Amino acid sequence: MIAFDIGWGTTLAIKAIIVLAIVPLTALILGYVFLLKMMSHMQSRLGPMDPGGFHGWFQLIGDGVKFMQKEDIMTKEADRRVFALAPAVVVLSTFLVFVVIPAGPRLVVAPLDVGIFYALAVSSLSVIGVLMAGWASANKFALLGALRAAAQLIAYELPLVLAVVGVVIQAGTMNLQGIVGAQQNGEIFGWGGLGQPYILTQFIGFALFMIAAQAELTQPPFDMPVAESELVAGYMVEYTGFRFLFFFIGEFGTAFAFSALAATMFLGGWSVPWVHGSAADVLGPLVLFAKVMLVAFLMFWARFTYPRLREDQLQALAWKWLIPIALINILVTGVLKVAF
Amino acid sequence: MTTGTELPPPGQLPEVHVDPSMLRQLAESQVNVELDTGDMILNLGPQHPATHGTLRLVVRLDGERVIAADPVIGYMHRGYEKLTEFRTYPQITTLINRIDWLSSFANEVPFISGAEMLMGIEAPPRAQYIRTALTELSRIATFLLFLGEMGLQVGAITPAFYGFRDREYVLNLIEGVTGGRFHPNFNRIGGLKDDLPWGWYSECRSTMAKVLASCDEFENLVVGNPIFEQRTRSIGIIPAELGAAYGVSGSNIRASGVDWDLRRDGKPYLPYNELDWKVWTHPDGDSFARYWVRLQETRESARMVLQLLQQMPAGPVMAKVPRIIKVPEGEVWVNTENPLGEMGYYIVSKGATGPFRVKIRSASFSNVSILPWMLRGVYVPDIITILASLYFILGDIDR
Repeated sequence: MIAFDIGWGTTLAIKAIIVLAIVPLTALILGYVFLLKMMSHMQSRLGPMDPGGFHGWFQLIGDGVKFMQKEDIMTKEADRRVFALAPAVVVLSTFLVFVVIPAGPRLVVAPLDVGIFYALAVSSLSVIGVLMAGWASANKFALLGALRAAAQLIAYELPLVLAVVGVVIQAGTMNLQGIVGAQQNGEIFGWGGLGQPYILTQFIGFALFMIAAQAELTQPPFDMPVAESELVAGYMVEYTGFRFLFFFIGEFGTAFAFSALAATMFLGGWSVPWVHGSAADVLGPLVLFAKVMLVAFLMFWARFTYPRLREDQLQALAWKWLIPIALINILVTGVLKVAF
Repeated sequence: MTTGTELPPPGQLPEVHVDPSMLRQLAESQVNVELDTGDMILNLGPQHPATHGTLRLVVRLDGERVIAADPVIGYMHRGYEKLTEFRTYPQITTLINRIDWLSSFANEVPFISGAEMLMGIEAPPRAQYIRTALTELSRIATFLLFLGEMGLQVGAITPAFYGFRDREYVLNLIEGVTGGRFHPNFNRIGGLKDDLPWGWYSECRSTMAKVLASCDEFENLVVGNPIFEQRTRSIGIIPAELGAAYGVSGSNIRASGVDWDLRRDGKPYLPYNELDWKVWTHPDGDSFARYWVRLQETRESARMVLQLLQQMPAGPVMAKVPRIIKVPEGEVWVNTENPLGEMGYYIVSKGATGPFRVKIRSASFSNVSILPWMLRGVYVPDIITILASLYFILGDIDR
């Protein structure tokens, strides 16, 4: 236990600073590891090698600095206030998700009782930002992209939530800390050595969650809103410099947040077998990070491999396949929960 | 899906009896950009990532569905037909290298053979074989780029890099012989500039093995991908008759089931009949068929190059030609099967050191002329699929 007491104001400030620092940091890490390095190696090239000395680790930071130096361009017909606000709304939703993700027994900004419900709710706030961006840009490509994004995000919100319901039924709580605890104290056929990661029972839920998260992140194979060969860059087409950087941070930060949610709900989150108490506070973040990277690897693997679906095929996939499967999954989970 | 029309016997183009409903649809697809309101008019290009350069498409959209599309060409017109009138024959190959810049060597061949025909010169057999090998290599290079590019256009980033990587090996081979990667300018009237360099055979053999392996890779990664199939099957169908009526040629018309290849069926221009090869067709005529046909043709070309290396005759690479080339009076029409389709030159000579008039028939110009018909009623993402699967080069459209 930490043996000193600080006022709630100071605590809040520290928490806010940590969240503010973590979102860009995670975006940087994912961007570097997967976008720059993993993709390059998949495509038989090296990616950036020079900046920073070791395998170009400084590249994205350099890019960020470059973005900040760029002129702030706004088109003449743009709705100036909405245009300026949109990237902030997108990033805001990413920040808000991080609030409930636990990284250790006590390392969580706010252990809300509605945890997962809250996380999924605030993550879909970004669609407002996207719509604002597309509308305010006064650009046809941006408008098409934003409308596609809205249709897609709303369609995939449903399987995303339904995929999680199985976990909530099994854990009996929506609190993410509670879900981690339930997995840590669970047993596999009476053997509690490793706890019980819910991926063993909720593998269908995991698959659905990953597919829906991919669509929520507008990553291939669901990247119609930003489809570069059709819409150039979709809703981001008129954004430059610092505002574009916001979208970038939002994209990769949200990818990290969804990976963290998946790791927390299906892979046991920060919990390490046989480690409890203060030691878990130290090891927890590292374990969570490793699990997050594993999940993010799956996400980005699909992203760099698949072509994109068409808008109607995407809707068909959500409504004809994912949602019925998710409902059946909930039904089976509920029956088994009552039976055992 | 089949195109539903009677296909002609191999080696012939279908007779053109266009269904009146098609003509009506065609007339309706004329866009009047000025007068219409209500629908959204989206201007794709001339700067747009999917238009391979400077093709402009004025698309009228109802939601995401295309009501009418009008391709606007000419942003890259360089006046090559006129420029040829002020150049000597050897100088002109430099220009025509730049028509279809991906397969420059294949462009040179018909023009040079036309001039040779007028002069009554025949290139020695070894030169003919090397020409064939380099033409097929440029076909492989062009198609490898297509195989990757098509993946990129439907949203998969990775195949594009594989395409560029493998094309690089082939370009190295072309560079090894000609000294130029893009614009070899290697053909001379009466033969070639140089013989093959030492060690080129073994390098070529190993590269062809790589090409065949990468074709398998594309088959697994792209053709075998369910999303790719969903995106391309029954999208952008060209009925065989209509395609022939528009002058669509090359792999595009073969993907509609028409068994017609100028290498086999045209006036003989290179020793293709001494090789053992097959013309690939696909009955569907959709974007998937076009991808599939090009994939098979890449393989077939690699096999042809290997055969050419086997059978390469010895001897000189240059016939006896006068120092100053003057082409006797006459007219000749030469058309060849280039990677993008049928390319032809109509050369009129008045006996001077340069031609009096040259008419260039380039494949892409005819291939994109079918776009207004094809793009009616498709979705915006399908525009990109169709554009990518038609595979045109802007230099080849605008000349």
